[in-house]
Order: sequence, then structure tokens, then C-alpha cells
Amino acid sequence: MIAKHKYFFHFPKCETDTPIVCRLVRDYDLEVNIFRAKVNAEGEGYLLLELTGEEAQIERAKDFICSFGVSVNTVDKGVIRNTDTCTHCGNCLSHCAPHALHLRDSHTRFVDFDESRCVACGQCVANCPMGACSTVF
Amino acid sequence: MKTYAQINDRIAAGKAVVLTAEEMIDYVETHGAQQAADDIDVVTTATFGPMCSSGCFLNFGQTIPKIRITECWLDGVPAYSGLAAVDAYLGATQLRQHDSANLIFPGDFEFGGGHVIEKLVGGESVEMFALSYGTQEYPRREFKTRLTIQDLNQAIMVNPRNCYQNYNVAINCSDHRIYTYLGQLEPHGRNMTYCSAGQLSPLLNDPLYETIGIGTAVWLAGARGHVHAEGTQHCPTCLRTENGVPAEGAGTLGLTANMKHMSRRYVRGCSFKGYGVSLALGVGIPIPILNPTIAQRCAVRDRDIYAQVTDYSSDYPMKTGRTLGSLNYEQLRSGRVDFLGKSVEVSSLSSYSMALEICELLKQEIRDGRFLLSQPLQALPREQSMKACPERR
Repeated sequence: MIAKHKYFFHFPKCETDTPIVCRLVRDYDLEVNIFRAKVNAEGEGYLLLELTGEEAQIERAKDFICSFGVSVNTVDKGVIRNTDTCTHCGNCLSHCAPHALHLRDSHTRFVDFDESRCVACGQCVANCPMGACSTVF
Repeated sequence: MKTYAQINDRIAAGKAVVLTAEEMIDYVETHGAQQAADDIDVVTTATFGPMCSSGCFLNFGQTIPKIRITECWLDGVPAYSGLAAVDAYLGATQLRQHDSANLIFPGDFEFGGGHVIEKLVGGESVEMFALSYGTQEYPRREFKTRLTIQDLNQAIMVNPRNCYQNYNVAINCSDHRIYTYLGQLEPHGRNMTYCSAGQLSPLLNDPLYETIGIGTAVWLAGARGHVHAEGTQHCPTCLRTENGVPAEGAGTLGLTANMKHMSRRYVRGCSFKGYGVSLALGVGIPIPILNPTIAQRCAVRDRDIYAQVTDYSSDYPMKTGRTLGSLNYEQLRSGRVDFLGKSVEVSSLSSYSMALEICELLKQEIRDGRFLLSQPLQALPREQSMKACPERR
């Protein structure tokens, strides 16, 4: 069965120069859609991507990636929204193209965040006056 | 007809009938203004949004030996010290010293006066550094310490302009992105932003200042405060619709309250990329339902309140006075409008959700007999306009 999942990978310093993603395509027959990638000043890497392929192949690919000491988060951490800091003004809404940030309730204008739709573009980070959104990218 | 004293007696007895501005809409529609005026004692209104003209007076207490402060910084943000020895005024939009501002455009403006005020209200300590030239009775020339709000003798928020009665809607008709205090505006009118709580907003429920005046008790970020003056740029002679509701800027309020009694949830430093820093504040104002006219005005709906759409790439900075059209708050709050032949996404800088929360909190305080109303000592001006600054040589 063809599946599509989004993952957030954290690469330890020793593995950021290892070409791992190409193996996902070549060895596991997966389509890879990279949203964001970054190597920080300490040499650690972050990668937010979407994998499409056979469910079993995706599972095997995850095991392969974990064998390098890469941590795999199925709960996306590309963007972190601090719900205590958010005031629900809604300024982010028109800047969030995939509508990951959306109104839970159009009457009260309570803003909700659907992580599965987030592509970590960072527009919410730039546009939140309260600094409620942050990203490692 | 009711009086302030009668309403306060009912509040003190725990018998006051209080509705939020939103609840009042349905009540008046169902029962009529006359019945509503008989049944309802108070309507609570509120707003939560950035209010740049805010700040606070602080008294640090004297040092040993004494100092007459001439310059002062709180977490690196300058506070005005041209006052008595250890008094200062910290403004919400003050940048941190050496912030590169818009030198590399657009600047991030991550920290400023509004953030220091939020930290103080939240009980966090801030670094205070002060300088002086030294005098015989105030010999100290330098002082550095860490302070919390509990260390201060006074921390009194005094805001020259809050609660703008209405505000324009920002759009950008140029071919490049612009950064404003109403947020980031995309080119070719691709998005719009507005900043008002609409039907919940205090001065939109009292458009002719019949109950809100100087001396009116207000809920300011959880503290009991009051209107100390007309706000700066108070301009009652504005464009109004048939119901008397302003369709542009109009009235403003000067507000004050003790910061030691405030809650951090409603006092929030904020940053606008390319513009600067500010302070978002929660304000609640109770409106006594003295007669059917006031009851009717408190039933104003978003769809009956209009705001002017202004091009922030040209007309706003050049003060041309030109507007591109008007939209009502029901349209704006829906998140998408048809404007000039295009479907445009709309977002807000004012939190309707927080304004509703404040309306409910104030309603509960009044019902519990913890918040009495005060009759204005003086009405707000109803006949004055706003002048531009003359440029002379």
C-alpha cells in the first residue's frame, strides 16, 4: 500500500556529511520531498521531509536511517508553536500558505495548528508579533 | 432610566444583570431596546491588541549614597529620566540601545520597552543601569542592580492613547512587499490586515461617549484603572455611519492603572519586522445601561461597523487622505473578502478571542460585586478634529 508520511530527522554531528537521502530513493524506492534542511553551527543537521512509497519500505528506510544514529520524529518539529504565548490575533493566518495555522472556531477566531500540514516555510515565525512560533531552520 | 448609583447598589448586592457586548446583540434583537434597558444593568466591552502609545512610570527608590538619575536603562532599553531623582518613564516602543533597527532591512526588533514591561508584570527581574553627573546632595554617578516589580515603590502604567475607536484596514498596492505596524503586506493587494475588536470594542459600543469619559473605571490588564484623559489624537468629528458609529479613527482614551495588579497574560511585548516593538494590552470597559438609547448602541453588530481600506505603500505614508473603499467587520472577520475585483485574505492584529475572554472576566467580576462602576468626572470632547503638524522654517 502506498503511503505518505512527514518526518523530522535530527542528524548527529558525525553523520551530516553522509549522503543518506539518496539511499532512500535508490534502495527503498521512495519519493522524497524535502521541505527544509539545515546544518547548524555545531555541525548537527535537521531535515524536514515527506516520504512517499510502500508502507513496508518506509518502515525499512526508517530503520536504515536510525542505524546512523539519526533520530526520527513522526510528530513534526519543523515549527514549534507555543500555545501559552499565542494570543490568537490571527495575523499568521494569511501568511500560512498550507493553512497549517487555521481557525478552529470562526466565531471566536481561536487559532489552531495542524502540524501535519506545516512545511516549515517560516512565514509564521516572521509574522507573529508575540514570537509564539519558532523553528530550528 | 437608571442611575450609576442604582446600578452600583445592584452590583454590590450581587444582583446586577450583566451581559457581554456580544450577548447584548441577541438580547436587544429579541426583546427590544426598551426591555433591554429595563432588564440589563451593565454590558462589558473589551479589546486586546497592540497599543503603541503605552508606557509606565517607575520609582526605583533611593540608593545609598543618593543618585539623581539622568540616564537609565532597563535590560538595555532606555527609560526617560528627565524627572525627579529616581523616577523614570519607560515607553512601549523604545528600542534597546544599539538595536540596529532597520539598518539591515527589515529589522527584527526582537526586544524593547514593551517586552521589559511584560517582564516586570510577569515578576521577572530586569537589569537596571543608571548614570548621573552627581550633585552635592546626590553624589552617586553610577548604579547597577537587578530589580523586580516588587522592589519598585511604584509601577504605574500611564498610556496616552489606547482603545482607538476604529482603525483603518491596511493593504499594499505597490509591486513589492512592505513591513508595517499592521504586519507584513504582500504586493498587488494580496492580503489585508485590520486591528479592532469590532462589536466588542469599548468605544464602538459607546460611539458618542455617553458613558465613557474621564474618570470611568476600566479593567486594564487585570488591574482596576481609569480613563485619565482623552487619548492623544482623539478626533470625534470624523466620518460616521447613520448609527453614529465612526467609520475611521475617531476617539481614543488615555488609560492608567497600577502595574503591580496586572496579569502578564494581558500585557505582552510584541515585535513587528521592519517596524519596531510595541505592547499588546487587554482592556475591558463596562457600559452602564442607563436608558434604551445606550442599550441600542450596545447592540451594534460587526456588519454595521465599517472601516476604511488604506494603501500603506503610498496613501498612508504620504497622508493623502485617499481610501480605496470600506468593509464591515463581519466581512473582515470572515478572513476573506472580495475587494476591487479580487478575493483577498484578511488577518487581524487584534485578538477577538482574547477580547471575548476579557468581556467574560469583567462580567464575572461585576456579577460577583468586585468591580463597581464610576460616573465620569468629565465628558470626552465631542467637537474637535486632528491637525497635521505645520512645517516651518
